[in-house]
Formats: sequence, C-alpha cells, structure tokens
Amino acid sequence: MIIHPVLSWLNEWWQGVVATYGLPSCFVPAAQMVVHAILIGGFIAVLVLFLIWLTRKVSAHIQQRFGPMRVGWHGSVQTVADALKLMQKEDTTPRSCDRPVFNIAPFLAFAPTIVAFVVIPFGDGAIIRDLNIGVLFLFAITTINVIGVISGGWASGSKYSLLGGFRSAAQLVSYEVPLVLSALGVIMLAGSMKMGAIVDAQSRIWFVAYQPLAFVIYIIAATAEVNRTPFDIPEAEQEIVAGFNVEYSGMKFAMFFLAEFANMFLIAAIAATLFLGGWRGPWLPGEFWFLAKSFAIVLLLMFFRWTYPRLRVDQLMSFAWKFLLPLAFLNLIITGLILVLI
Amino acid sequence: MLTDYAFVAFFIVFGCFFVAAALIGAWFIRPQRPSRIKGDIYECGETTRGTSWVQYNVRFYLVALAFVIFDVEVAFLLPWAVAAKRLGLYAFVEMMIFVGILLVALVYAWRKGALKWA
Repeated sequence: MIIHPVLSWLNEWWQGVVATYGLPSCFVPAAQMVVHAILIGGFIAVLVLFLIWLTRKVSAHIQQRFGPMRVGWHGSVQTVADALKLMQKEDTTPRSCDRPVFNIAPFLAFAPTIVAFVVIPFGDGAIIRDLNIGVLFLFAITTINVIGVISGGWASGSKYSLLGGFRSAAQLVSYEVPLVLSALGVIMLAGSMKMGAIVDAQSRIWFVAYQPLAFVIYIIAATAEVNRTPFDIPEAEQEIVAGFNVEYSGMKFAMFFLAEFANMFLIAAIAATLFLGGWRGPWLPGEFWFLAKSFAIVLLLMFFRWTYPRLRVDQLMSFAWKFLLPLAFLNLIITGLILVLI
Repeated sequence: MLTDYAFVAFFIVFGCFFVAAALIGAWFIRPQRPSRIKGDIYECGETTRGTSWVQYNVRFYLVALAFVIFDVEVAFLLPWAVAAKRLGLYAFVEMMIFVGILLVALVYAWRKGALKWA
C-alpha cells in the first residue's frame, strides 16, 4: 500500500522515458531489476544492523543487564560502529586451508538469502516477482546455504570448523524435511504455491487456525534451520568455539553473520506469510502488518534462545527424525483427509 | 514467465556482487600484515597436530541418504498438494499409499538403527 504505488509510478515514468527516447523495450524490466535489487540490498543491510542491536538488547534485558548503551541512544548505532570496525579488520587466511573453497563459501552463504527475497510479499502488490512455484523456490534456494556452511567448515582446515560444518549440514538437512512438509498443509489449503495466492487465501482466517500443528512444526524446524538455540550445535561456543566460521575474520566473517541474521528474518517472514496472513491486517498499511508479524516471530526466536538449554547432537537428530517427521506426516494425512472428505 | 526468472538470475548475480563489493571495499582500508603465527589455525592455543581432513563418521552419510529419500518424496508430494482439492479421494488414496511405503522405509531405517546417533 506504500511501496507498490511509488514503484509503479516510478515504473510508468521510466516507461515514458524509454518510449520518448526510443530506447529498446528491455530497458524497462532491466531498470526494475536494478531498483528492486538495490532496495532489497539496502533493506537487508539496515535490517541486519537493527536485528543485531535488537538481539543484544533483548538478551541483555532478559538477563537484567542493559546491553550496549554508549554509542547513540541506548546503543542504537552500536552495530554501525561494529560494522565499521569489522571492515578495518585484517582478513587472515589460514595456511592449511583450501583457498578457492574458503573464498567461495561466503558467497554461497549469503547470495541465496538475497535471492529468496524475490518472492517475499512485503505488502499489497509489493512482491518483486510472484513466481508460480513460490514456496518451492524459497525452500530450494535457502537450502543452498548449507553448501556455503559445509564448504566454509571443510575448507578452513581446522578441526573445530570441520566438526561445526558437518554438524550443521546434518542438522539442516534433517530439519529441512519437516519444514517443507509443514508447508505442504498450507499449500493444500491455498491450492497454490504462489506467495500472493497464499496470502489471498487467508483474507478471512489465518492458516494458523487450520494448521496449528504445522505452525508448531514449522517454528521448531525453522529455529533449527537458522541455527538458533536450542538447536545451535553447529556453533556451540563451549564445545567447538564458533563452529564452521571459526577461521573467518574481517569482512568474510561479516558475510556469514549477515547471512545468519538475514536468514532469521527470512524464516520469520515466511512463517508470517504462510501461517499469519502475510501483510493482511486492519486499518494500517500492509507493510506495517508484514513487518509486525515477522518481528513478532523474530522476537519469539530470540526468547527461545534465552529460555531453553542447548540440545545434544543425538537428541537433536532423533528429535527431527523420530518425532517431527512422523508428526509432519500425520498433519499432512489429516489435512488431506479433511480436505478430501469435506 | 521468462522475465520472472530473469529477475531471479539477476538477483543471484546481485547477491554475489553484494558480497564481492563488501570484500573489495574492505580490502582498501584493512591492514594486511600476514605472519606465520596468524596463518595457524585456531585450536585454543594448542599446536595443531596432523591434518583436519580425516575420515569422518559414516553417520553423516546415513543422514544424508535419508534426507535425499524424503526430500525427493516431498518434491513428489508438492504437485499433488497444489491440486489436492480438485483431484479428490482417488489421488488422496494413491498418495497415502506412496507416503505409506516411505513410512515403512522410515520404520525400517529406525529399526536398523540408522537414525541412532551414538
């Protein structure tokens, strides 16, 4: 309701310019791409700076501390300072690493995240491209992250990072299955994989009302997918220091960090779209509701972190395969049965 | 349709560009004084022994195999899920047989101890 009119006005103006000067017609989508990409890039950068500050503040207040207080109002520009500091840090590469893979890993970890934002509906009409395989595309593209994590862990040539990388890969693939299965129920109800159609299907009742079990499974699996406590074994500080990114420093480390927080928002945004009605809400513009719902889930993930102790590796794996997976199948069967019989 | 995927392709390029720009941008202002000690890998101050690329546990392969099976299954379930309302009972029963076979496989893997992590 805010973004869409502005962008379409801009687009019309640009179409006029292209027509007046007789430029090739492919300039229209090309300009759209560039504008959207810059908007998303800027959004992610600002979002991550805010999210890191929020994480520190929330965790501090849960522990009855203040957290960052010095830089700006209540430490609000602390993360900007941190980012500037990270930029000036030396980028060391360990001698024993596999150099090409070591350098490619940050790309593999971050690029999929930015691509996934193509199908996120921010508001009424504010979706970059409503792909007809929307949900499938999201889950497919976010899985590439795993390759970044495991290649980063393997290429570093450190035992901690190798362990972290493997644990991470095992965990991510294990929780991927219940995650996608929980989304299947929503796809069945909406009858489409388009993100726009899924939001439209929830114009009266949110899907969380029809799919409470799937929502719970999604939230649990999503917490594991973004390596948040209680599923943060890949970077369990007390055992394997920082896991897969222990050898990374400077901007390469920053890229992993950026990807982690952007993914956290992404997974919350998907939850808000699939289960909580997306941008739909009364009175206020859609963008507000979308952000409010997404941040509510982000806050939930943050509260998890300071509420639950970390699971052991074996508990984590058996929980995914022996509990979540059968439960997700049960949800699928019940949904299918009700849908077919009614 | 084609424009849709042109957008996706452009975003892939943009994502890589974003990372490259950050890395190159930092390259101009960061110090670069490599030394032998800095090139060591981090092992809590201990001297590293041997390579870290050792033979790792076979359990990871088992999990990966189970993942491949179930992820492919989900890929087959997706087209049905989209059309589940229209296809009705016949397709539902068919799909349940398919899911049932894979659940048997899950039980088998469970009983064989492939899911055990100890």
